[in-house]
Amino acid sequence: MNAPLYRIPGAATLAEPAPAAAAPAEAPRTIGEVLAQSQVEAVMDELDRDLVGLAPVKQRIRDIAALLVVDKLRLAHGLQAQTPSLHMSFTGNPGTGKTTVAMRMAQILHRLGYVRKGHLVAVTRDDLVGQYIGHTAPKTKEVLKKAMGGVLFIDEAYYLYRPDNERDYGQEAIEILLQVMENQRDDLVVILAGYKDRMDTFFQSNPGMSSRIAHHLDFPDYAHGELQAIADRMLETMNYRFGAGAREAFDEYLQRRIAQPHFANARSVRNALDRMRLRQASRLFAERDRVLGRDDLTTLAEADVRASRVFNAA
Amino acid sequence: MMTNPTGRITQGQFSFLPDLTDEEITAQIGYGLQKGYAWSVEYTDDPHPRNTYWEMFGMPMFDLQDAAGVMMELDNCRKTFPGHYIRLMAFDSTRGVESIAMSFIVNRPAHEPGFGLVRQEAEGRNIRYTVHSYATDKPEAQRY
Repeated sequence: MNAPLYRIPGAATLAEPAPAAAAPAEAPRTIGEVLAQSQVEAVMDELDRDLVGLAPVKQRIRDIAALLVVDKLRLAHGLQAQTPSLHMSFTGNPGTGKTTVAMRMAQILHRLGYVRKGHLVAVTRDDLVGQYIGHTAPKTKEVLKKAMGGVLFIDEAYYLYRPDNERDYGQEAIEILLQVMENQRDDLVVILAGYKDRMDTFFQSNPGMSSRIAHHLDFPDYAHGELQAIADRMLETMNYRFGAGAREAFDEYLQRRIAQPHFANARSVRNALDRMRLRQASRLFAERDRVLGRDDLTTLAEADVRASRVFNAA
Repeated sequence: MMTNPTGRITQGQFSFLPDLTDEEITAQIGYGLQKGYAWSVEYTDDPHPRNTYWEMFGMPMFDLQDAAGVMMELDNCRKTFPGHYIRLMAFDSTRGVESIAMSFIVNRPAHEPGFGLVRQEAEGRNIRYTVHSYATDKPEAQRY
């Protein structure tokens, strides 16, 4: 671009305020000050409060947050550190809270100032990979552009790579992803999620991807007690409660359900609760002339739980 | 031209100002995104004032949250067409507006030959005037 041949009044002073604005009003000196400025603690507490279990995941998020906070302090002393690579991989069984944590992650990174907007764009293979030659690159780039300034969450990321079909366009999407993950670390955080074993194979066949992801988080399955706590919380948010004996029945239900195949942790709990609500609704529906009070409408009876086919199977 | 002593093309917003820096462009894009506009990148080597339809570079970008995405596309376009005019346009999809709300040039060729006034003798002793871009004397892709 050619330099302008003229000057306009005020043009010279226009460039100056920019660096002044970049430096914070007063540089933080203690961890407490950084935390107060970023309110990251509120998000961390919320994470602790709202999410049951997941101790190793929470610990790791705390570690990451701590590093980011300390980096802020170092920056105040002029110790320039490179922007840490924040790309992550979440592995774990279905329903272990990968998406929920990714959502929180976007908030945490936003409050720490490492992503500018803090929104989450959740995609799967379909959103990235095209159907014919030349379709993949624009599609992937469009998604990347939407995710700029926030977090790109790729669910079931291992589907991107299909070793059985060497002409699969997934490879092209991976290459574009890698390029942006490397070059625009300040603009975008990528989180890959999927089941543990398949993600391991995915990373083995894409070493470039594995080495660009700094944080591998493994989501453990929920214990029985944790599932019960999750159920209580879900009911509370839906304005329901367990009636007499229903909680014990649900306890028993969980024990049986865990032993069955295709158990999807919190998602199965949600589905079970939804089915109980259906049964409660039809139970109330049958009694046309009864006056229904608040208690009747919010209580899940033992019979609603016991009617599940999980109990018949035994 | 008296109104434009530098001979630089003045189309769209900010065109009488010195070229915007990337930070200033980012700030403008951010403003547009905050207003809910959809940005798109266009380029041309025929900057006649009546040439309103420039070539589009890629798709218009809907549902963006951050200026980095538009800047990525713009950098791509600058790499592909370093010597062309490139402009950014913001489309406002509000019902009743549905039109371009912002438009400014973000890339210019190193040398801008400008326009000449052409006089055509018409019926009687009438004279018809038109402007002619010196650049378009050369074939496409060799203009700048």
